[in-house]
Amino acid sequence: MRFVLKTNYGRDIDIFKHRTHAIWYIVLVGLLIVAPLFLDIFYEKQLTELFIWAIAGAGLMLLVGYTGLVSLGHVAFMALGAYIHAILYSRGWPLALSIPASAVMTGGIGVLIGVASLRMTGIYLAIATLAFAMIVEKVLAHWPALTGGHSGFRVDDPNLFGLSLDSSTAYYYTCLTVLLFVFLAVINLLRSPTGRSFIAVRDSEISAQALGVSLLRTKTLAFALSAALTGLAGALYAHRIGFLFPDAFTIMTSIMLLMLVVVGGLGSLHGVVFGAFFITIVPQIIAIVRDWLPAELAQRGGLEPLIFGGVLILFLMFEPLGFYGRWVKIRLFFSQFPLYRRKTFLRQKSYLKTERVH
Amino acid sequence: MLETKGISVSFGGVHAIQDLSFQVEEGEIFSIMGPNGAGKTTVFNLISRFYDVDEGRISFEGEDITNVPPHAIARRGIARTFQNVELFDHETVLKNLLIAQHIHRKTSVLTEFLFTPKVRNQEITFRKKAEDVIDLLHLQNYREKTVDSLPFGIRKIVEIGRALCMDPKLLLLDEPSSGLNPEESEDLSFWIEDINEDLGITILMVEHDMNLIGQVSNRVLAMADGRQLTIGKPEEVRVHPDVVDAYLGT
Repeated sequence: MRFVLKTNYGRDIDIFKHRTHAIWYIVLVGLLIVAPLFLDIFYEKQLTELFIWAIAGAGLMLLVGYTGLVSLGHVAFMALGAYIHAILYSRGWPLALSIPASAVMTGGIGVLIGVASLRMTGIYLAIATLAFAMIVEKVLAHWPALTGGHSGFRVDDPNLFGLSLDSSTAYYYTCLTVLLFVFLAVINLLRSPTGRSFIAVRDSEISAQALGVSLLRTKTLAFALSAALTGLAGALYAHRIGFLFPDAFTIMTSIMLLMLVVVGGLGSLHGVVFGAFFITIVPQIIAIVRDWLPAELAQRGGLEPLIFGGVLILFLMFEPLGFYGRWVKIRLFFSQFPLYRRKTFLRQKSYLKTERVH
Repeated sequence: MLETKGISVSFGGVHAIQDLSFQVEEGEIFSIMGPNGAGKTTVFNLISRFYDVDEGRISFEGEDITNVPPHAIARRGIARTFQNVELFDHETVLKNLLIAQHIHRKTSVLTEFLFTPKVRNQEITFRKKAEDVIDLLHLQNYREKTVDSLPFGIRKIVEIGRALCMDPKLLLLDEPSSGLNPEESEDLSFWIEDINEDLGITILMVEHDMNLIGQVSNRVLAMADGRQLTIGKPEEVRVHPDVVDAYLGT
């Protein structure tokens, strides 16, 4: 086991707990930087997609994992980000301006939903956000003058200050850079008062208020940031798919995003990466498994939602903290070997707020 | 310091508080006692602005706080604890104490994104304050423990610590001794006196335990069925005929 000797409070504030910790992350980033040199173009594209999912996941994690608000409508923010960026970009805005602008505008729409969310929690909020997603989908489909409607909207090739990002390698680096900045910003936010106020609202609204945290401000801020990050992911996704149409952003995507944060592990940024990895890799595995299955089963639709749904249920039942929770246990097992106690993580029965007697 | 003038509130047909007036003077320990359902916690919830009063006014340091939003109460210097403990269960004790310093934050979201030196210094200031409270309440062993792994008695102390981290002028303690064993109650009475004398915090306390009330309070308000029975020194209130009636029945 490692014991870190802390000699000043800065050690608890730092992102990396000790030197080896930092080295591992530097190695990881280093590997990601050199990866395109070795990887097949297919895997490069998959990784780019993973980065985009991780950005959107970080956005949703802020909301679901840290503020405790459920949204089933995050696909709408992704769609809005994608369309706003594509439209601005097609009208001659430079890429470096239209991507942030799309994130900011999506964040602004997030504020409106945040204000509405103040009176709703849990399942009601989930349904309201779901309705919002459907409205957005309909608007995109029925406003052809702006969005191209069902015939779609072609996204111009990405070009940053005359530098073409159209090759999959260039785009890989673009998404990786954005992802690293997003993660750094989110980590910084979470170790500051704002991040703690999110957690306060998640765990007890009443004592958050008693401590001077404004619910209105905190929830709208959480929605705004979450929407902005998801919008940013949407804008990057626009170039990834190259052609936007309303059916690219269905409720299925919302569920995938929600699954990303739950399967990854609620309340952790590691979970976002694990979750993003999961939802990019599982469709590939399913595609491979299809070849092995009997024809009549393989040809049938719905295999993917079935497996996703099944995995989600299994996680909720057996590992509510997701991949990250499992990872923490495995790490502790090895660091305490052979003294690990199986019941370390045995949980006290927890109750919903509504079940509790005041 | 804190004054209520003829406050009343009713929920449906239940008159929870009727025409209650009292004043808490700066520097004192003021207790509210009464049988179950007397409306003691309701008084706290009115002061914290979780409930609206139907009639009457509440003022703090000469300013009317009857209509300010709940989160603005903390900024004025009123901290509180809850009868059944409302901590942030999934976080460590330290994090709970840091969250409590929210009203003292001077940074904006933008600087926090960049984690500028100002944000870092503020974090260190917050941490020092939290450590002071940890030392005061002997919570060193629990610093990194998550709240949901702690026994109830410790949680109650952590909650008092969290309230202290706000640097309040007035501290509302809602049944601080409920769920504590006799030893813990004993410690508690010393802490309450320390908080009052050393930190100079005025304390308004709802309590059942007559021993604790007798040990620490300067004045006691006895109430039953939402009404005031009497206000006075603990030993007077204890033998007051109305109070005896309310507890024993007639």
